[in-house]
Amino acid sequence: MPVWDPFSGLEALRREIDRTFEEFWSDRWPRVGRVAFLPGRAARQYPLVNLSEDEGNLYVEALAPGVDVKTLDLSVVQDTLTIKGEKPRLAQVSAEAYHRNERAAGRFVRTIELPAEVDAARVHADYRNGLLLVTLPKSEKARPKQIPVSVA
Amino acid sequence: MAEKTVPRRHPEASPGRREDTRAQERYIAPPVDIFEDKDGLTVVADLPGVEQKGLDVRVADGILTIQGRTAHVAPGTVIEREYELLNFYRQFELPEEVDSEKIAAELKYGVLTLHLPKKEKAKPRKIEVSVS
Repeated sequence: MPVWDPFSGLEALRREIDRTFEEFWSDRWPRVGRVAFLPGRAARQYPLVNLSEDEGNLYVEALAPGVDVKTLDLSVVQDTLTIKGEKPRLAQVSAEAYHRNERAAGRFVRTIELPAEVDAARVHADYRNGLLLVTLPKSEKARPKQIPVSVA
Repeated sequence: MAEKTVPRRHPEASPGRREDTRAQERYIAPPVDIFEDKDGLTVVADLPGVEQKGLDVRVADGILTIQGRTAHVAPGTVIEREYELLNFYRQFELPEEVDSEKIAAELKYGVLTLHLPKKEKAKPRKIEVSVS
């Protein structure tokens, strides 16, 4: 027998609102307009990365403008990728010569856990326009396999 | 830049934010360093993801405009996104002593460096004092 519950509708509405807020904040807010590279002593990890994949590869795109290419150091151990490097400070500029100083500089290191195992021997990286693109071929085990269906 | 010398300008040429008029495209202001030496000003801006052909730097009515279009380099479908590459837009009012004919720009590793030399007459000159 259905029991009359005046609050069941309200509860559903509250959940709906919660979900909308959650989606709103997690989907948009933390990402919008974040381009700072090493902004001071923030708790976040830098450089910021975007991770994408296709059938054979994982791609890590890191936001790293003005990094000294010679200091870039990438290493892959099983399914973790470590990016190290340094963004040099502007040389020979005294503190009182600055009108604005908004660009942060310094050393950085970040370790990223990858969602699949990669073939470390074939990883390659490309630094272009201040974006670092690391292409990580998935290992044989991690690739999707076609399973033929036999019809009797 | 140019807090003490503000000449009269056209009202529509005042530094503005692009968002005010063009809501459909989102822009962000790139972080910049600006420093001055005896020869002029140097503006350094971080513009990750901007290629040379997507960059537009112009000076009009004493206002420097930096505009950059960005493009992702990673192919494939997105798994995790920590940042979004928005287009860049920022304006600065230039001091009168900048020689806008001689501005030089350089883009390397996603960093734009602009050299804004001062006009000859605005450079500091050492005046010899003769002792008689």
